[in-house]
Amino acid sequence: MSLDTAEARTERAERAGGRAYLSLFKALGRGWIRDRSQIFFTILLPLMFMVLLASVFGSGDTAASRIVAVGDVAVLEGADEGEFTVTEAADLDAALAMLREGDADAAVVQDGSTVRIYPSGTSSTSGAIAEGRLSALVDDVNVEVLSAAAPGEPVLATEVEEADGGALQPIQYLAPGILAWGVAISGVFGAAGTIVDWKRDKLLRRLRLTPASVRTFLGAKVSVNLVVALGQTAVFLTVAALGFGLRLSAWTWFAAPLVLLGTLAFLAIGVVIGGIAQTSPAAAGLSNLVTMPMAFVSGAFYPLALSPQWVQWISYASPMRYLNEALQSVVVYGEPPSAVLPQIGFLAAFAAVVAFVSWKTFKFDEL
Amino acid sequence: MDAAIEVADLRKTYRGRGTGEVRAVDGVSFRVERGEFFGILGPNGAGKTTTLEIVEGLRKPDSGTVRLLGLSPWPHSPELTGRLGVQLQASAFFEFLTAREQIETFAQLYGASKARAAEMLELVGLTEHANVRCEKLSGGQQQRLSIACALVGDPELVFLDEPTAALDPQARRNLWDLMRSINAEGRTVVLTTHYMEEAEALCDRVAIMDAGKIRAVDSPAGFVRSLDAPTKVTVAAGQLSGERVQALAAGEPWTADEAAVVFETRDPRKLLTELASDGALDGLAVRTANLEDVFLHVTGREWRA
Repeated sequence: MSLDTAEARTERAERAGGRAYLSLFKALGRGWIRDRSQIFFTILLPLMFMVLLASVFGSGDTAASRIVAVGDVAVLEGADEGEFTVTEAADLDAALAMLREGDADAAVVQDGSTVRIYPSGTSSTSGAIAEGRLSALVDDVNVEVLSAAAPGEPVLATEVEEADGGALQPIQYLAPGILAWGVAISGVFGAAGTIVDWKRDKLLRRLRLTPASVRTFLGAKVSVNLVVALGQTAVFLTVAALGFGLRLSAWTWFAAPLVLLGTLAFLAIGVVIGGIAQTSPAAAGLSNLVTMPMAFVSGAFYPLALSPQWVQWISYASPMRYLNEALQSVVVYGEPPSAVLPQIGFLAAFAAVVAFVSWKTFKFDEL
Repeated sequence: MDAAIEVADLRKTYRGRGTGEVRAVDGVSFRVERGEFFGILGPNGAGKTTTLEIVEGLRKPDSGTVRLLGLSPWPHSPELTGRLGVQLQASAFFEFLTAREQIETFAQLYGASKARAAEMLELVGLTEHANVRCEKLSGGQQQRLSIACALVGDPELVFLDEPTAALDPQARRNLWDLMRSINAEGRTVVLTTHYMEEAEALCDRVAIMDAGKIRAVDSPAGFVRSLDAPTKVTVAAGQLSGERVQALAAGEPWTADEAAVVFETRDPRKLLTELASDGALDGLAVRTANLEDVFLHVTGREWRA
């Protein structure tokens, strides 16, 4: 080996300029694929949440109510076995103890013509469902008695139909929310973790001393994250559609630009966290501190419309809310992109402001 | 032709929370000629790394100027960085890549070929470990890979920041050979180290740095000569009578304990000849002044690496 001439060197530097971005993209992408923890956080964790939440929200209202009968409860004799599972308790105290421990949804005592219902306070939702079903059962019995006494009188009856053609199965509102959350954690954790790694291993510092510019390197890094977000979205929506019956609208492809925009916003948040944190555990902790509450106030796990008013107010400041809403609109409701322009505008503004702040406050000397 | 490095009156002060002001670099000037092997020697915290980072263009000094190969390192310019090779204290690698992928990525950044990358792996003796992930390499192997990455762009000027820190003696000697060969090819090498014997073994000239200042610059031999210190000759005790020791010392200082007699002489040739003719050579040790003594002399402080 020997020292080159100046001309050979200049020519080589020119070749290097064009290839630097590609080679950096390749090196960073390879590193990402080989990092199993990344695969877990971006692909498997959101899928696990979908399985968990779909079974929690999907099963509660269809299972039979667990009733504890104290003594002889005549009204239960005509009960539909699909609606009630009846067990017997020796006295009221034993029945109430079962309620407290969550072993039953309601206790029933029949005292002559009075049916006393004790709905569970421990699991109030299934307690309320059991109470409703028991009341309906009592009404049915009364209607039968009254019809027998006055056969000619007309009696009102209700029938319950699912609204919206049954479209809003839990998966329909859960999938966009969990996807938005998945995009958020891979963006925030990814950027924060990377910056803390750079503080430790000085890779960025080393690269600043090559002919490649910092801009090329950061561009390659962001590109890897964007490609990851697209892959994550594709895998997630495919599994949700094939495995959980999510119905995808014709506008589903528009999830791609939404997810890219969201990723930029979350990367910017991650850069701020990475600037503050000095160690990997600190970066992970701070990232959790930001993404977990954000998920709960953004309707990612639970419909915003059912959340308390103050949660809805806070949600206006969260980029995850807008990503979630926009994804829901185009993927589930099949609305055209023009319908989600406000959400796009907010996400873009949020990304720009946070990126600007992180750029201005970042201590490059630490890298 | 411009000098490889020209540094004039660099200053850099850090204002840490609670620690007050730290003058990390306090008026540093030096010049390195092309082809030279230049060492910056000093204890930890002397300001070596900060100085190097300013010279490389990673940090902006509060004041002072730097010229590398006649160019300013600030702002970043591909024309200059393409001619530099840098090895940092932390081994800065892409995560989860093998040694080969690592150096090939760096090769592409410098516009060098895959063949050149393979050649550099061979040079640092890592061809057998080409498919090992960087995090699985030993400390010495990581340092060698780091140096290979510094050389892959065929640099004119190479910066090595404590490349042998935390290596075992054998790995250190191997790296010394590598560094000598890099310099022998005509590349200018700047090395920071806190190992005296390393600076002594490798460098054409050494700058002794302490508390942010360069205290003196000279060749290792020049330093020792200018110190004008006596040679210490030690032999095991019990071979010479008290009068004989007096006679051999010939008025120069000496000490003795149960184990050994130590002469401090300006004329080691005469003393050694006489000791040989006395047959009193058991436990013989001859120690001339070294950089450690120079450091003590220059800074007025005991060496504490």
